[in-house]
Amino acid sequence: MSKLPKPDELLSDVKLHDMPSKHWMDLKPEFKPGSYLYAVEPQVMEDLGRPHLGKWQPHDEKWPLPENWKEIVREAIKKRLERNRAFKLFMDICVRCGACADKCHFFLGTGDPKNMPVLRAELIRSIIKGEFSTFGKLFGRLSGGRPLTEDVIKEWFLYFYQCTECRRCSVFCPYGIDTAEVTIMMREILHELGIAVDWAMKPVRFSHFVGNHIGLQPHTIKENIEYLLYDIEQITGIQIEVPINRKGAEILFVTPSADFFADPGIYTFMGYVLLFHHIGLDYTISTYASEGGNFGFFNTLEFAKKLHGKIYEEAKRLKVKWILGGECGHMWRVWHQYHNTWFGPFDYLEVPKSPITGTVFEHAKDNKIVHICEFTADLIAHGKLKIDPSRNDHLVVTFHDSCNTSRAMGIFEEPRFIIKNVCNNFVEMPENTIREKTFCCGSGSGLNADEFMEMRMRGGFPRANAVEYVHKKYGVNTLACICAIDRAVLPTLMNYWVPGVEVSGVHELVGNALIMEGEKERTTDLRYRPLKGKEGEV
Amino acid sequence: MYNSDKVIVGIIIFILFFAMPFWLNFGKAKALPKPELPSDTKECVESREYMRAFHMKMLLDWRDKKVREGQVYYINSQGKFFKMSLQNTCMKCHKSMEKFCDRCHTTISAHPDCWRCHIAPEEVKKWQ
Amino acid sequence: MNVFFSFIITLILVLIPVVGVGLLGLDPLFGIVIPYVAFLIFFFGLIYRIIDWARSPQPFKIPTTCGQQKSLPWIKHSRLESPFTMKEVYLRMFFEVFLFRSLFRNLRADLVGKRLIYGSAKWLWLGAILFHLSFLVIMLRHLRFFIHPVPSLVDIIAKVDGFFQLGIPPIYHTDLFILAGLFLLLLRRLVDSKVNYLSHASDYFPLFLILGIVISGILMRTIFKVDVQAVKELAYGLATFSPVLPSHKIGVLFYIHLFLVSVLAAYFPFSKLVHMVGVFFSPTRNLPNNNRAERYINPWDYPVKYTTYCEWQERFRDVMEEAGIPIDDEWCKETAEAQKQA
Repeated sequence: MSKLPKPDELLSDVKLHDMPSKHWMDLKPEFKPGSYLYAVEPQVMEDLGRPHLGKWQPHDEKWPLPENWKEIVREAIKKRLERNRAFKLFMDICVRCGACADKCHFFLGTGDPKNMPVLRAELIRSIIKGEFSTFGKLFGRLSGGRPLTEDVIKEWFLYFYQCTECRRCSVFCPYGIDTAEVTIMMREILHELGIAVDWAMKPVRFSHFVGNHIGLQPHTIKENIEYLLYDIEQITGIQIEVPINRKGAEILFVTPSADFFADPGIYTFMGYVLLFHHIGLDYTISTYASEGGNFGFFNTLEFAKKLHGKIYEEAKRLKVKWILGGECGHMWRVWHQYHNTWFGPFDYLEVPKSPITGTVFEHAKDNKIVHICEFTADLIAHGKLKIDPSRNDHLVVTFHDSCNTSRAMGIFEEPRFIIKNVCNNFVEMPENTIREKTFCCGSGSGLNADEFMEMRMRGGFPRANAVEYVHKKYGVNTLACICAIDRAVLPTLMNYWVPGVEVSGVHELVGNALIMEGEKERTTDLRYRPLKGKEGEV
Repeated sequence: MYNSDKVIVGIIIFILFFAMPFWLNFGKAKALPKPELPSDTKECVESREYMRAFHMKMLLDWRDKKVREGQVYYINSQGKFFKMSLQNTCMKCHKSMEKFCDRCHTTISAHPDCWRCHIAPEEVKKWQ
Repeated sequence: MNVFFSFIITLILVLIPVVGVGLLGLDPLFGIVIPYVAFLIFFFGLIYRIIDWARSPQPFKIPTTCGQQKSLPWIKHSRLESPFTMKEVYLRMFFEVFLFRSLFRNLRADLVGKRLIYGSAKWLWLGAILFHLSFLVIMLRHLRFFIHPVPSLVDIIAKVDGFFQLGIPPIYHTDLFILAGLFLLLLRRLVDSKVNYLSHASDYFPLFLILGIVISGILMRTIFKVDVQAVKELAYGLATFSPVLPSHKIGVLFYIHLFLVSVLAAYFPFSKLVHMVGVFFSPTRNLPNNNRAERYINPWDYPVKYTTYCEWQERFRDVMEEAGIPIDDEWCKETAEAQKQA
């Protein structure tokens, strides 16, 4: 791994308004350490029955492409043009107005013109013109066409793994061209050649065979949860049980598996179970459907569908009425926009109804899945929770809208409502960096590998910069979010750019504030940090 | 074809919009009216081609010269003198606003404001 | 290079009718044959493109949500930015297509030292809206040449457009607006380093072509006048499928105008200009954000093999038993039987 430059030096080469003198078609892809991901181990692809290129790495001069690689690529493109209107349309109607140019966090953090969404899409658009259109062949570069070469494949690999499918460009595009759609298709096309990245594929293998992306076996999940319950007992003095694989529960709760084992996701998990205990919810978690997140989505849509099939079989098996989903970004993109198409109709489930407030979640009446923030916001609005927001007084909180829940779901108010009810100190980041204009953490869509660190810090810079602003101005020390990848990568990003800001899930804050029946007087929060005014007692 | 209901409606709207010149004429097709030219003379102030394209410019020019600069005569490219007057020079040969001016102006939807101040020959007759 | 190439091509296109009509007197070719052919290409080309897009299904419902979803009744839902019903989608599309709402959001990002700052950037929106809406009005105004008698709506549009009666014939506001819009768009491509860098020749060409059309049109109206009655005779003849060359010759400038329009029409279906109809197809804008309330069908959806509960349980039976996690053999029997029956 390469050495990561210091924050003061990292951006010295970024010039947003200076473009290279060479035409972009003449710029060869450069595999600089820190800016690309390692190739997938062949065994992983073998286990999953996918083609691969054997042992190789992206920085190799010559890639071991199969002999008929051109044919494979052409067929793969054609197939996707025929089967996906979005892809076909987005290839046709871009006018290169440049509205998206400076909206991408990777462009803002690198100044690399090929990180402008329009040029990122142009990397494939130019091939479609150059290979399939008479006009494009005739006029070549003048009409934006170019021939398919091995360098193009390298370029695709580099830049379609420098896109986190965050959809920010799509908000600003006058035609709604969504680079995420293009990136999804392009990663699929690379997959057909056997090109994939290790960091995004190993979790797919684990999720497929074991049930969650890190490969936690059922007993390990149980043990982990018991550790967390022990901590809860230490902090609150009450004993909680978490039902596992319990048949006949009313609700199946599925959350990204990182919440079982990874700091700071575990605190969010403690928040969930405190909440469920507080309201006496009849629920179960599953060690079979133990992954809400979906690494398949970062590779091919077929993998995405493969991985989440478990959730609905589990719901059927356990005979639950409906499914509650934890805090996660891309998980909710897949749950909200893809599940109903893939796995419906769900006649074996019932329209979700909160057993506590009686609220019927009409907007989820067909898919029968509810976001935990929707569920909790409803509880708070009905006054069903006993809350002491002063227990979060040691925190000054701001909220990071995760890309997918923002731009592929539109859940903005629920988490804010919850935070405002469980915290006394809440401030917003600048207007152009939140809600639908929010910035990605820079490591989403399977790019959160260590070997990619420099690019992650660059891509996360716009988000970090906005946090830095409120950190300096209002003393913000907590960045709340509703995404497991955020919780995994933002601490690193904050450490690098804005030391002194911790990352937490929204339900961790809920867990802090909940007044549990029979609890002892709390002196610390769920992370064993002293509460305000209780510093001496710890 | 997918979403064919909406797509077909879309295509129909597209056709209706861009084929407007065709269907808006449908059933009404008739010859365009032609201005009635004077029978007693073939010569106008300038050549016919010039007059057909530039008469408005000349009239505007005349107005400025006469009203603002006090000139009376216009000398054409042949060296001939004409009194600059819409009512007394032009309408002397072109005896009718309706049958001459309006025929084209209505056809191409031009709305000159000459007759807001000037009096057309038809009007003159009414008052005589 | 890109700019230069497009400019030269446009100049050549201007010269073609100059030679064709001015020198060779090919009036019927330029006045009747080429316009008809160009119009046919435009018409059937675009319909072909529409059908071609429609032939590819949209597999998933993927609206870009730019506002609060409809969820709990007491949370204000953003009807325009996150439409739940088709009615709301139509509203969103209306604002998108006619007012360029997404473009209006545009921001400009600058890196100052180690700080990113964002400013409003409405120039692109302004140029685009000036250009597009003016183009629409100008097109409608031109109906006066094609239709007889002139519909009163066209007449009213023209009157409103020339409301201030500057000059005779009055200058149309849209003529000025479209020029301003085109120059803004062109200037942006030339001056903004990013947009300049990513522009192809095919991005400049339509701008020059349309500029050529607009300038030749304005010149015809103001300086090098042509016989408008003759123009109407020609246009009306074309529109009533009884094309005749007018009894009086029309100036070459008119044929330049007409030829450039013909080129634009013929070029349209094969270029980025198809965004005119493409925008209606955009799945991130024309679908409602009601995925969990209404199922969306993917016509080519296929079943995939996933690890079933029973396969999974077999693998982990020992550790599960040891950890006291319930084993469910009943389910495996049930599913095996169901599979047999199927």
